[in-house]
Amino acid sequence: MLGKGLLGIYLTVLVLLPIAALLAKSSTGGLNAFWREISNPEAVAAIKLTLIASVIVVVINAVFGTIIAWVLVRDEFPGKSVVNALIDLPFALPTIVAGVVLLALYGKDSPLGIDVAFTRAAVGLALLFVTLPFVVRSVQPVLLELDLAMEEAAASLGASPATVLRRIVLPTLAPAIISGVALSFARAVGEFGSLVLITGNLPFKTEAGSVYIFGQIQNENLAAAAAVSVVLLFAALLVLALLTFFLRRRSRHVL
Amino acid sequence: MAIEVDHVSKRFGDFVALENVSITVGDGALTALLGPSGSGKSTLLRIIAGLERPDSGEVVIGGEDVTQAPARTRGVGFVFQHYAPFKHMTVHDNVAFGLSVRKRPKDEIRGRVEELLGLVRLDGLAGRYPSQLSGGQLQRMALARALAVQPQVLLLDEPFGALDAQVRAELREWLRRLHEEIHVTTIFVTHDQEEAMEVAEQIVVMNRGRIEQAGAPRELYESPSNEFVMSFIGPVNRLGDAFVRPHDIQILAESDGTGTEALIERVVHLGFEVRVELKLHDGRELWAQVTREVANELELREGQILSVRLPAPRVFAS
Repeated sequence: MLGKGLLGIYLTVLVLLPIAALLAKSSTGGLNAFWREISNPEAVAAIKLTLIASVIVVVINAVFGTIIAWVLVRDEFPGKSVVNALIDLPFALPTIVAGVVLLALYGKDSPLGIDVAFTRAAVGLALLFVTLPFVVRSVQPVLLELDLAMEEAAASLGASPATVLRRIVLPTLAPAIISGVALSFARAVGEFGSLVLITGNLPFKTEAGSVYIFGQIQNENLAAAAAVSVVLLFAALLVLALLTFFLRRRSRHVL
Repeated sequence: MAIEVDHVSKRFGDFVALENVSITVGDGALTALLGPSGSGKSTLLRIIAGLERPDSGEVVIGGEDVTQAPARTRGVGFVFQHYAPFKHMTVHDNVAFGLSVRKRPKDEIRGRVEELLGLVRLDGLAGRYPSQLSGGQLQRMALARALAVQPQVLLLDEPFGALDAQVRAELREWLRRLHEEIHVTTIFVTHDQEEAMEVAEQIVVMNRGRIEQAGAPRELYESPSNEFVMSFIGPVNRLGDAFVRPHDIQILAESDGTGTEALIERVVHLGFEVRVELKLHDGRELWAQVTREVANELELREGQILSVRLPAPRVFAS
């Protein structure tokens, strides 16, 4: 009982109250005002950019995160533990620092000759960087626990390596991949620090939802900021809910 | 299909798992690989299946050299120690896996799966998931899955190891009858000599990566070729360099001068069998196995001093 009460208070203070305040703020002008704010073309462009970029980023994450986890678990190579530790770097680095680093590496003075600053590619790049650990870290422990005998059984039944991957390994990893994807998506939708420098925040072009919100706050248009926040919040919640539902159905018999 | 393993060696780092091992298993035979853990029996089984590559030597199945062939082309059914169920698939889909990989028509698969589930007595459980089955049921599902593709060879790694005693006994009996029915060349790995004796037609006794002896159960018991086989198969008393089977020790009703004097330290009643722990007059300890009738007739009890006749002990050249 005490535990539940504490949990309730904790979550209320940290999650429910801020969300309630946000909802209250966004609805001060009524539904019409809310609708006006989120149908503002600049807001629409920013929300679209954030959502589309987030979807692309999580799809890339699902593929490469799984491959990275696979290599880290199944392959032996010198420096493996260093690479393994590097995966968490985006968690450890303040995202604004990540933005500075990305700008220095892939900006107009790029030592690599790759200049993506102030383009939509920069949005994707920054989001890929900050969301890298999610899929890797959720797939890794499952891969470690994966019964090798299951793959051997499939092989002895005549399955080619590709078939083993498709019919045995991936379905078993799917819940972990999905939960990593869900977290990546939520993170990408809310990401601000790493975007603000490298994207240039050009309205209708590279201005992400979070950056738009920041701009509106600076212009003291709190209603607009709150309205767009609510849209992003619900988009993230919707995706989390859908993926959790899917996850439940998939993993019912696996766990 | 007959199986021939010819001079196979395998190391894992510094550990020698198999050293120059050769065995021959006849077409349709039921063979046990018997040995303590670390004796290389599972490695040998995995090499036959193609799940491990030998460092040297050859594996021939049905006259064809398959040493370099991958597991999937060998036509070998393998049942894993912990069954390795595909947890995300139903029992039906587990059993159907090999057939669906071979792209057989749906109707054929359904019919075959039904037939196999009947054979392993899992009818009605086709829609269940592995997490909803007991150990014995998982074992039988794994067997059905391996048999579905009509393998030429069936390999089982410690097939009954993880089951409780009663289910084990049942499955043993059932495996033997199944083998009589379908007659596929079968090799199973076990560390339990009783299991090997009860189920197998031929036993290959392994120790430290080598084969100690191969033969019919009775042959191994009656004429073990070395100390290891003598003490691994059947109960044994060790008297210095010599070995004596407990049931070969005769307890005499009356001392006739030919026996050795012994003190009964303990009498353990195990039902039909009675185990009599003895101390000889020279201090050596051993135990004798007698029937309940003999124990009753002689009124054996602790502290009694009587006469025993020892058989000619077996001594192996080391």
